[in-house]
Amino acid sequence: MLSLKLAFKNLLGAGLRTWLNVIALSFAFVLIIFYNGMIDGWNRQGSRDTMAWQTGEGQFWHPAYDRYDPYTIEDSHQLISPGIQAEIDKKNLVPELVAQGTAYPQGRSISITLRGIDPDQTVLKIPTADLPNDNDADYAIIGKSMAQSANLNVGDNLLVRWRDKNGTFDARDIKIASIFKCDVPVVDKGQIYLPIHTLQEMLGMGNEATLLVAGKEFQFRELDGWDFKDNQFLLTDMQNIIKSKKVGGSILQALLLIIALIAIFDTQVLSIFRRQKEIGTYIALGLTRAQVVGIFTVEGGAHSILAIILGSVYGIPLLLWLNKAGISMSYAEDLNFDLPLAEAIYPYYSIRLILITVLIVVITATIVSYLPARKISKMKPTEALKGKLQ
Amino acid sequence: MENSSIIKIEKLVKRFPVGKSYFTALNNLSLTADRGEFLGLVGPSGSGKTTLLNIIGSLDTPSEGEVIVLDKSIATLSHKQSSMLRNKHIGFIFQTYNLLPVYTVYENVEFALLLQKLSASERKKKVMDALEWVGLTDKIKSKPSMLSGGECQRVAIARSMVKRPEIVLADEPTANLDSKNSHHILQTMKKLNRELKTTFVFATHDEKVMKYLDRMVSLEDGQIIKDELIKNSKN
Repeated sequence: MLSLKLAFKNLLGAGLRTWLNVIALSFAFVLIIFYNGMIDGWNRQGSRDTMAWQTGEGQFWHPAYDRYDPYTIEDSHQLISPGIQAEIDKKNLVPELVAQGTAYPQGRSISITLRGIDPDQTVLKIPTADLPNDNDADYAIIGKSMAQSANLNVGDNLLVRWRDKNGTFDARDIKIASIFKCDVPVVDKGQIYLPIHTLQEMLGMGNEATLLVAGKEFQFRELDGWDFKDNQFLLTDMQNIIKSKKVGGSILQALLLIIALIAIFDTQVLSIFRRQKEIGTYIALGLTRAQVVGIFTVEGGAHSILAIILGSVYGIPLLLWLNKAGISMSYAEDLNFDLPLAEAIYPYYSIRLILITVLIVVITATIVSYLPARKISKMKPTEALKGKLQ
Repeated sequence: MENSSIIKIEKLVKRFPVGKSYFTALNNLSLTADRGEFLGLVGPSGSGKTTLLNIIGSLDTPSEGEVIVLDKSIATLSHKQSSMLRNKHIGFIFQTYNLLPVYTVYENVEFALLLQKLSASERKKKVMDALEWVGLTDKIKSKPSMLSGGECQRVAIARSMVKRPEIVLADEPTANLDSKNSHHILQTMKKLNRELKTTFVFATHDEKVMKYLDRMVSLEDGQIIKDELIKNSKN
């Protein structure tokens, strides 16, 4: 307590030198919280959107299905049992049938994934209600990114080719019923959504599905012949990629923190040389060397407390405003990003993030203050009192 | 303990390394000081006055011989024990005052008490008493930079006296002061010596100080060459 009191007195007494260090450290403090808050916000938004558009409350996969291995798709389909159909009818499960194919927009050929989905589903945000119940044509809906890459508009016909369950190639024109905007690239890029009964008919796989998406109302239980994949599994890769973005940002954060810490270290080294008489006086007045080291360490470490206070003064309103207004990502719309990215990211500042940042700033500032302060323990008080360099 | 020796020095030798050899600052020095003495160590620069003062104050240790202050052998004290001795029983007054620049007069004086477990009200009373002794109660909120040299030294005296130490060690306390301030400071210290029975040990070569001493120990080349009681010192 004594050390803290003395430290703050000395720090505030040092004036501009203290405030320059404090300002630099507060920038690092606010930036670390902001950047990590942005990544965490992105992660939350990405998870939320992926669940809303793709994974629901988890998925039941055909045992052979592997989303990262296209060769498994051909064999990943099975009949929907009456029990599962009852859940589908109650809108608790959404069946999807998946097949690979090729599309030929304006004479080009592009690889596509044909996804048959229940047009009446309400579990996922995919606007399947836009699929007309019209027997005159085969309708499909696609995402904005797919539409741009294939240069397709609503009402356009698109020739698609696929292989049915017997391995026979077949092809037909499908009409684009609507184009939807979606923040989750895997739901959009190269994906064509058709009514599931249409795709079942195209593939010759009547009443079959590749996977089932669970809705919120679904009472979880094992489904015979289906492997359940929870969201922890389904979102892990996406979350890991987003978290990996922290690494790049952490270099910038570390640099800023190091600059601020070097300034504190420099101040401490200078302080110990300039204040030798004061150190000698402390010892003459009865402080032990360890107590004097403590005073100087706490004094350096107290920069971090002032930086946190100062950072809070301008950082809290700024970060709260960013949390409310969001950070526009509209410029990234055309960057062909493979991660879920909404028009704006809303940073999320968790208590854990704030506490960890506070600890990092306080501990690192205290360590860089302690290193030069250790020299005091080797000082001779008689020389220190004379102010002689030792 | 009344009127007994509180400083006993036997065959003290202090050597400092100078390159590959040693410089002997104090050479086989023996001295005793009783409680309440107003004693001066006088002599030219390099005679060993400050070194002797530092050893008595346990800021330094003897190379040989024995120094016993308040029944404690300086050579055997740990860092912590010597800190405690200084904190509770010894006050220092320096030539350059050594006030802490960011603290006010009040805080500088209070600092000496912060390590002692006293309540805020007890500390305040002691600080105000000490400032009253030196006549600075009107300057409690001033910082050292706002004070004259004489006032700074009076603050240093108050700081050294606030914990009512048995011994005050003053190293050239008047060297930076003019004649008027020097006399004022010395009168203050003499008064405290008389009223509180505090032992004062000066290191000085200032003749103004010598006039106030009750006992003058002359040093030369680290040895005592004269030790005399002065009967008609100034009060």
